[in-house]
Order: sequence, then structure tokens, then C-alpha cells
Amino acid sequence: MSASGSAAEYWKANLRLLGICLAIWFAVSYVFGIILVDVLNKIHLGGYPLGFWFAQQGSIYTFVILIFVYAKQMDKLDQQFDVHED
Amino acid sequence: MELQTLTYLVVGATFALYIGIAIWARASTTGEFYVAGKGIHPVANGMATAADWMSAASFISMAGLIAFKGYDASVYLMGWTGGYVLLAMLLAPYLRKFGKFTVPEFIGERYYSQTARIVAVICLIVASITYVIGQMKGVGVAFGRFLEVDFEVGVIVGMAIVFIYAVLGGMKGITYTQIAQYCVLIFAYTVPAIFISFQLTGVPLPQLGLGSTINDGSGLSMLAKLDAVLVDIGFAEYTAQKGTTLNMVLLTLSLMIGTAGLPHVIVRFFTVPKVKDARASAGWALVFIAILYTTAPAVGAMAIYNLIKTVQPGQVGAPTANLQYEARPEWFKNWEKTGLLKYQDKNGDGRIQYYNDKNKDFAAKASEYGWKGNEMVKVDRDIMVLANPEIAKLPNWVIALVAAGGLAAALSTAAGLLLAISSAISHDLLKGVFRPDISEKQELAAGRIAMGGAILVAGYLGMNPPGFAAQVVALAFGLAASSLFPALMMGIFNKRINNKAAVAGMLSGLGVTLVYIFVYKGWMFIPGTNNLPNNADNWLFGIQPESFGAVGAMINFAVAIVVSRMTAPPPEHIQHLVEDIRVPRGAGGASH
Repeated sequence: MSASGSAAEYWKANLRLLGICLAIWFAVSYVFGIILVDVLNKIHLGGYPLGFWFAQQGSIYTFVILIFVYAKQMDKLDQQFDVHED
Repeated sequence: MELQTLTYLVVGATFALYIGIAIWARASTTGEFYVAGKGIHPVANGMATAADWMSAASFISMAGLIAFKGYDASVYLMGWTGGYVLLAMLLAPYLRKFGKFTVPEFIGERYYSQTARIVAVICLIVASITYVIGQMKGVGVAFGRFLEVDFEVGVIVGMAIVFIYAVLGGMKGITYTQIAQYCVLIFAYTVPAIFISFQLTGVPLPQLGLGSTINDGSGLSMLAKLDAVLVDIGFAEYTAQKGTTLNMVLLTLSLMIGTAGLPHVIVRFFTVPKVKDARASAGWALVFIAILYTTAPAVGAMAIYNLIKTVQPGQVGAPTANLQYEARPEWFKNWEKTGLLKYQDKNGDGRIQYYNDKNKDFAAKASEYGWKGNEMVKVDRDIMVLANPEIAKLPNWVIALVAAGGLAAALSTAAGLLLAISSAISHDLLKGVFRPDISEKQELAAGRIAMGGAILVAGYLGMNPPGFAAQVVALAFGLAASSLFPALMMGIFNKRINNKAAVAGMLSGLGVTLVYIFVYKGWMFIPGTNNLPNNADNWLFGIQPESFGAVGAMINFAVAIVVSRMTAPPPEHIQHLVEDIRVPRGAGGASH
């Protein structure tokens, strides 16, 4: 038993991580892919205008990475607060 | 070999495989029937989820939408993938910890209310049935085209096959079958894309090919070239935005929330052994989905490019630059037979002119060229993926493979949805509310009967679609977004939400969304019964009906929070239940 915190603190740490992940989720799709698309399209990534790339490629890659990072960080939190299974 | 024979062989072989797996993995307990005994590895579960998720809409329809809408179709790409982030972080691990079989079961227990459970069953059935109608229609169209049978016969064949493996196998059978279906559909989608990307850019990877230089000697990138080609015939640039930013944001949000609220996807995360696996499993599902979704933009862009270059091989405006109708390729003739592609010689020159005749600025140029209107009077966007390998002159076995892939996508999703419907009826309504004393065996039998019934209803509606196709998908997502997702999320993240608040939230979210859609699209989608014309001038704040699910969800959240503040907090044991759901420790197997 590591006594590093209660269930309430575990939940707070989870919400903090969640906030960061969802901010990135929002930025790559809604901000870069839609709202700022015209600005970003002035920059090119190979043959892709950057805003267009985020909307049709980049946001999807980011989503995948985001879920795995979240899963990994949550595993760490589970251990740290001693709430993991088995 | 003849295309026809080859298609029979490839499609027949894949179906034999699916049915074989379904029989081999027959479910014997209710647990296995609903959630495959919780013994599925996260990677395997992710693959099955991907097949379950990617329907005829993803496989057949989406690249066609991208081809004709360009940048604006990005909402589907982001919306149908970004929902998995919400699922992985807001729902999946907690619902797995809760450890029950169905979505209404969670809502019923968390909100300690049979009413809430019944409302959830209604939301689930309405959303799932509307979604499955589209799948059955897709099956009918694909069979109709490739086996050269009537559309109705195609639907009946599809119904029979879904019945065999979904009813016999249950979730266990479906899970293993869907893994096989994923392999077939992703192979079928990526192989032609790699061929075509290599033809046009010399880069085999479609994700990179779309951002590379086109090898026609112009030195332009693929996208810049496509922009120029489209502008030359009066269309807007491919990479430019055509719709409003507000609608793009709201539609993306509706599709994301809808994804996370669709019961047949959520139920997948009940099937993994542990809470931590539920998080990873969502990630794996998205990996397998992303392979198709990052390929689709290249498929769409290259398909429209090839289509235009086929009918307009020469310099725009030169009298002999357009393809002669008599010299049209075989695929053109085949699709003309289906009525999904139509040509009309408006200026009587025997050649095909494809251009944007609604663009007033281009009209002067068009008349200078001697063009009297767009002569490709109908190009159904749903034919693009199926016709793509033929347009690019790929070998017959690739074309046969695409047929098998399209069917795999439609059937796997139909099976998953039907299972969600049958478990809602047999487990939630029958066992949960009306006849709690029935045995496991009777429940299993009721589940199979319910599934058979659902297949008949879906098949009938698929054969007689009430005059809508793309709207039905938007409605399914809007419904799931506005009703189930907020109730699930608040059930985990807000302890204060009580039974009255949840029921009021679900009903108001669902109701407002349905009314908004019906006002513009017609009540129950019956043409002519709409109260206002469906165009931007009449929409509330310019919001199109397809995007309204996001607004419905916000109303659901707001109503639930206000009602909960005015009524008593949930009882002690419910608050403990929520606290318990939030930590992974102590997750057991599913129980009744």
C-alpha cells in the first residue's frame, strides 16, 4: 500500500490529465482543422496546405497518439494511487 | 477470368469464411452471447470494433463525399475518429468497471429508475434501427451491382447471411467474424488506393501520395493540380472551404459525440478483461480505423481527378478535348445500367462535358466553348469507391475484392447493431423490466427471436427506404449524441445528477433534435410534411439539421443540471456507486 493519496485525489489527478488531453483534442481538430484553417493553409507541409493536412490527416494521427498517451499515464496514476487491478 | 465469375468466387469465399467462424464460435451462455465472455485481447477487440464501426457509410460513401466536397468533407474524417478520444477518456473504462452487459442497464442502475432504463432502450432502438436501415440498403446495392440481381433480392440475401451468423454466434461469433471482416475490408480498401497513388504520383503510400508531386510533368503537387483542374471547369478549389465554419464545427461535434454515444460501439468495451484494457482497446480500435480514414482522402481526391481526366482528357475549351460518348469506357456503361450515372447530350456534339453549370461567373466561358450545360447529369457519389478501381483500369481481381470489402463493412456493422437491439429488448425490457424470473436459456432464446425480428424490420425498411439515405445516418448520430451520451457522461462525472434530471435531459435532448430535423426534413421523413424549406435562410442561426445533434446534446446537459439543482440529490448508495466506478480496482466479470 503506497499511501500517496485518496480516491478524491486520484480523481482530481485524472481530471487534470483529462483536461490537458481534451485541450489537445480540441486544438488539432476544431482550431487547426476548421477555425484557423485559412491561416494555416498559407504554410505547406510537402504538397499539403497545413490546415488541410490537419483536417484530413494530422488530427487523426494526433487522436491515436493521444489515446495511448492517456492510457499509459492513467496506468501510472492507477499504480501511484494504488487503485490498479490485481 | 471474367469479372462476374471472379466476383462470385471472392465474395463466396469470404462469406464461407465468416459463416464458418460463426458456427465454430457458437455462444452457449448469455454472457458469451452479449459480450463474448470478456476474454478478448485488446488488439483483437480493437480490430473487431473497427469492423463493427466502419460501415457501408465509411467504406462506400465517405470517399465519394470527399471526392465531391473536398475540404468540407473533413468533418466526417475528424468527426468519426475524434469520437474515440471521448470514448476512451470519458466512458469506456468506467462502463467496463461497472461490469454490466448493456447501455440501458447502466443508465437504469445509475439513475435508480426503470423509467430511465426504458427511455434509454427507446433511444437505443431508434438510433440503431435508423442506422441499420442504411446498412441493409448498402448490402442490397452492392449485391445488386455485382451479382446482377434485383436490389430487393440483394437485400434478402444479405438478411439471410446476417441472420445466420449473428443469431447463431452472438457476440462471440460476431467478434471473431468481425476480425476476419476487418482484414478483408482493409485489404480491399488499401490495395486499389496504393495502385492508384503509385500510378499518379509514383509514391505507393496514399497518405504521402496525396501530398506529393503529380507525375504528369506539370511539377504541381497532387492537391494543387486538382485545385487547378476543378477551377478550369468552374468548380471551387478542392482545398477551399465552401460551407460555414459554424456548421463545420457543429457537425464535427455531433459526429464525435454521436460516435461515443452509439450503443453498439460502447458495448464493445464491456468485452475486454480489465479496465486498463478498455482504455487501450479504444486506442487500438482507432489505429485500425485510422488506416482506412487516412487513406480515404487520397482515394477521394484521386478518384475525382481520374474521373475528370477520363471525360476531359484534353485542354479545356478545345472542341475535341472531351471524350466521345461512343468511346466511353466499360465501367461507364455498367454504372449507366444501374441508373446511378446518367449522361445527356445537351449541345449535340456527341462528346461528354462535365462542368459546374451553376457557377454564373463560368457561364460566359462555357458558352464560348459551345457548352450548353453539364452533361454528366447524374453522378451518384456512392459509386465512387466501387467504380474507382475500374476508372483507374486496375485488374479484375482488385475490383472483385472491393465488392467483398464493401459487403464485409455493411454486414459487420449490421450484425453489431442488431445485437445491440436484441440485447436491449431481451435483456433490458424482458428480463430487466417485465419478466425478471425468466431463465438464462429463455433469455437467450428471446434475444435470438428479437434479433430475427429486428432483421425483418430492418430488411423491410431497407427495401422501402422512406426516401432518405445520408439524412438517416446523420439522424442516427444526432439521436445518439443528444440522448445517450450526456446521460452516460454525467452519470460518471457528476454525482449530483438524479433520476428526474437524467430522464428530463434525455427526453428534452432527443425531442428537440427530432423536432428540429422533422421541421426541415418532413415529419417521419415523409416528403412534403416539412414546415419550413430546408435551406440556410430558414435554419435557426444558420444551423443545418444534420449538425443539430450537438445542440441537442447541450440542451440535454443544461436541462439535466438545472433539474438536478431543483430536486433532491441521489441516495447515498448511488453516490457510492459513482465513486466506485471511478477507480479501476475491484472490477470483476459482468454479472446480471
